[in-house]
Parts: sequence; C-alpha cells; structure tokens
Amino acid sequence: MKKVFTRTKTYKDVPTHYCPGCGHGIAHRLVAEAIDELGIRERTIGIAPVGCAVLAYNYLDVDMIEVAHGRAPAVATGMKRTNPDNIVFSYQGDGDLAAIGTAEIIHAAHRAEHLTVIFINNAIFGMTGGQMAPTTLLGQVTATTPGGREVSSNGFPLNICELLSILPGTIYIERCALHKPGNIRKAKKAIRHAFELQIDDAPGLSLVELLSPCPTQWRITPAESLKWIEQEMMKAFPLGCFKDYKPEK
Amino acid sequence: MSGNEAMAEAAIRAGCDAYFGYPITPQSEIPAYMARRMGQENRVFVQCESELAAINMVFGAAATGKRVMTTSSSPGISLMQEGISYLAGAQLPSVIVNVMRGGPGLGNIAPSQSDYFQGTRGGGHGDYRTITLAPSTVQEWVDMMPLAFDLADQYCNPVMILADGILGQMMEPIEFKTVPGRKLPQKDWALTGCKGREQNIVRSLWLADGVLEDLNLKIQDKLREIEENEIICEQSQTEDADIVLVAYGVSARIVRTAVDLAREQGIKAGWIRPVSLWPFPMDVINAAAQDLKMFLVVEMSHGQMIDDVKIAVAGKCPVAFFGRAGGGVPTVEQVLDKIRELSILSDN
Repeated sequence: MKKVFTRTKTYKDVPTHYCPGCGHGIAHRLVAEAIDELGIRERTIGIAPVGCAVLAYNYLDVDMIEVAHGRAPAVATGMKRTNPDNIVFSYQGDGDLAAIGTAEIIHAAHRAEHLTVIFINNAIFGMTGGQMAPTTLLGQVTATTPGGREVSSNGFPLNICELLSILPGTIYIERCALHKPGNIRKAKKAIRHAFELQIDDAPGLSLVELLSPCPTQWRITPAESLKWIEQEMMKAFPLGCFKDYKPEK
Repeated sequence: MSGNEAMAEAAIRAGCDAYFGYPITPQSEIPAYMARRMGQENRVFVQCESELAAINMVFGAAATGKRVMTTSSSPGISLMQEGISYLAGAQLPSVIVNVMRGGPGLGNIAPSQSDYFQGTRGGGHGDYRTITLAPSTVQEWVDMMPLAFDLADQYCNPVMILADGILGQMMEPIEFKTVPGRKLPQKDWALTGCKGREQNIVRSLWLADGVLEDLNLKIQDKLREIEENEIICEQSQTEDADIVLVAYGVSARIVRTAVDLAREQGIKAGWIRPVSLWPFPMDVINAAAQDLKMFLVVEMSHGQMIDDVKIAVAGKCPVAFFGRAGGGVPTVEQVLDKIRELSILSDN
C-alpha cells in the first residue's frame, strides 16, 4: 500500500506535554516539516522561549538552546553573526516576544538581522496560569483582568506584525492562524518561506505570527477555541501578508 | 593607547571571535576600538540596544563555541546580571569586563571599586560564582586577557574582570606578549547544527526531581576545583610585618607606596594583593594572620573585600579598614596616616 503520510524526521516521536487542543503541537510540526523539506536540519539552530514552549527541544530534533524570557532575538543575533552559514530561528510566545522581549525583537528587526522568528499569539500567558498578555483582546477575561481587559487600565492589544512591518529591517511579515486545515496549510507555506529567505541570505528579518489556541487558559473547549480564533481573535489580528521580499533582478 | 584600548587589543590577540557592547563611560573607548579592529580582523562586532541584549548576544555566540567578550561599567553590569546567571547555569564560557565607576544608581563616572560584591558573589540569581580577576596595571590587564579566555573555556564558566575608571583611562607603556595557551577541552557541547551527531541542547531549566540539585552539585565541584587551582595573589614584606595591608586593583598601587613610606619611618608594614578576587586567597591571608598585629584593608568602597579578609582571618587578629567611595580615591598620605594611627594604637 502506498504510504501517504509519515512523521517528519525532525519532529520527534515522543509523548506531548502540551494540553489537549493546544496549538504548539501543530506549530512545532509545521516548523519541523519546513526544516526537513528544505533539507536544513543539520545546519539549523533553534531557540526555545520561556513559557510552555520552553521544552520545544524535546520535540524538534535540531540543535537548540533555551534562553532568558524575551531575549531570544538577542541570542539569535549572537549566533547568526558568528555563524552566518547556520539557519537560526527563534520560537516565541506573546509574553516572551510582545511583553518582556519587545526591545529585543524590535532591535533585531531594525538591525535587519538575517533571522526567522515564529511568533505564537494565543492572547494569554499560558504557563504561568492565564494572565493578561499584551495581545489579550479587549474585554477578554484573564487571571489578571477578572472584569475583562479595559483600555483605561490595560491599554490596547499589541499588533506585532503591523508594528514590525513598517521597519525597513524586516523583509517578510505574515500572520496566519492554526484553527482550520486551509489556514494551517497557509501557515506551513509562510513558515517555509521565512526559512527560505534566510537560506537565500535575504537582507532582513522574517516573522510569522500564528494565532494559536489555548483552551486551558481560555477556559473553553478545544472546539470552541477554534471558533474563538475565527470569531474574536481574527477581528483584532487580521490575517495576511504585511510585507514580502522580492529580490531585485 | 588607553588601558581600555590596550585591553581590547589584548582580547583580540587572545582570539576573541565576537564582541557585543553598549557605550557607557568610562569604558566607551572599548566598543569604539573594537568596532574598528574587529572589522579589520573579519570578526564580529555589534553595538547592542542595551547591556541586556549584549549579554544575551554573548550567550548566543558562546553557545556556538566562539570566544566572546562584552564590556561595560557598573550600571551596565547590573543590567547584565540576568544573563550572567544564565551563562553560569548553562555553563557557557565568556569574558565580561567591568570598568567600575561610582554608584549606587547612576552614580558618577569616576573610578570606584564598589562592585566587589557584585563581581565575587554574583549579582544574579542562583548558586554560582564568576571567576573574578582584578588587574592593577595596564600591563597586567593586557596579560590577563588570554588567561581570562582560557579559564572561561577550561571551566565553562563566565570570567569577570574588575578594572576601574583609572585603569581604563590611564596610559602606561605596555608590551603584547605571546604566551602559550592552556590545553583546553573540546567544545563538543557547542550548537553548530547537528551534522553527523545527535542534537545538542544548551539549557539551564531542569524540572525533573533531583536533576537541578545534581547540576548544582556538579557546578559546586567545578568551583571547588577552581578554588584549588586558580588563586592568584601577590605579597611583599609580610614576613616580619606587624601590619599587613590588603588591597586590589588601583588601590594596591597606592598601598604599595604607602607601605614603602611606612617602612622608611620604621613601621613594619607589608602588603597582600589578591589578583583573583574569586577564588579569594583565603589561605595566604590566614597564614599571614598568624604573627600579625593587624590587617588594614584599603578599598575604593566603604568595605566590601574586607568581608572576605575577615572570613580568611577567622578572628586571629583585628582587621581595620580605610576606604573612599563615590569617586573618591584614597591618597598615599591618607593611607600612611591610617597606618601610623593604627601602629601607635597597637603599640599602646
């Protein structure tokens, strides 16, 4: 019988620690598939964030490092500058990238570092117990916004793609969502493209934001989470490609 | 060539592959020098957005097996403490130079030695030590750089150099010597891409029961080995002394002159200069305490190294102190007056 699907080599065959319905498993697999399809496993270095995905190295079979909260883009800079032939990517959540690490991502972008960033936006702090993230939606109830997020005390959701796409140092910025097969396929294409640009030594930083479900901290079922992404998150964080790189001919 | 620039050149000659830094007085000549010279050598220089970014770029480059350095001055070093703790936890080699200035807070840009606690206790979280060395001349600082990189690589531990604003800014004749390096272990843990081997993971998070405790014990074993083998200390005229002065860095130069003048006046004085502040020369000081009337510790702070001296002395004799901080530098006259005063007291 013809084999139509197999686990990609870079995605380890181990039990997951992620909660049922969590988006990290899908995102990890897409990253692993992109790495294998592009044949870069043996030259890739991955950076795991602080948060639920700190254990990403348990699933992704490439050289990996675990870094301080938010500092991945600085660590990645140190790696890529000293090893330009390696492919360096960071995998960061919204607390990591959009709260404590905002300075590092903005400056890695403005220096046009040749890096690939996978940004998981689930509108909440997952591992610490469901506190407000910079990307938490207005009105969203979290452990630290018990009455729902209000502008007066908590400000607005932070739109990272829109913010970074105006910097000349970024070359490719796209927001995708992991809530249905069609969009997951688009996400895969985007991740692959972000790696391809680095392989081609394109002159800047690529970032793919993935709207990702966190049913545990959203306090709804996995099925409801997928609907919530479509009905609520995508209003505040519209999908699309904000910027792409076209090499000069 | 200022001390800052001479040190930077010595680091390049010691094989520094990458330098990450942020300008701060009184060490801003270092990033400027590195920007020019690292480019000439086809090595990596990055002016970072903050010291926080600098130490994390060090973390990233060190994890790939490169020789890496960052430099800063006191407030910037405070900002790096998170990263230094991670370097210690992940056991990554790196060299961090602190050209100390006056504190606390923004302080001032005058020389100081008030970061001794930060340098020798670790300002970051967790049980760790940095190997901490303190030069007292520009030549010694230059000679120290290859050693600093070797120590970092040998023990997979961050090495800190505590200099100060005087040393950074002063000019002294120097010679760049070529010394044979140490035999160093292979960096088989480095992240280079997993070609032909299993994946390497650099981490400091260990959640499973007992694993972090084991790692801590392993780090402690390493630190004991460093204490055993890497103490550097200089002493003079201690054999017949009634009073021995203990000072490091620039303070030790002032003390040396004050001791010579005291000897001329018939006071039996000597001096001990710890070069490695961690590991601290406990045994040297404890041995000297045996036949002594007292120690006098001199620092450009209000008393930080004195804690280590007291631990070393273990109550065998009194330990007196003279120090100035916030940019104040003890003068030879002030130190000599203090020696005389203590000498009269101990005679009565």
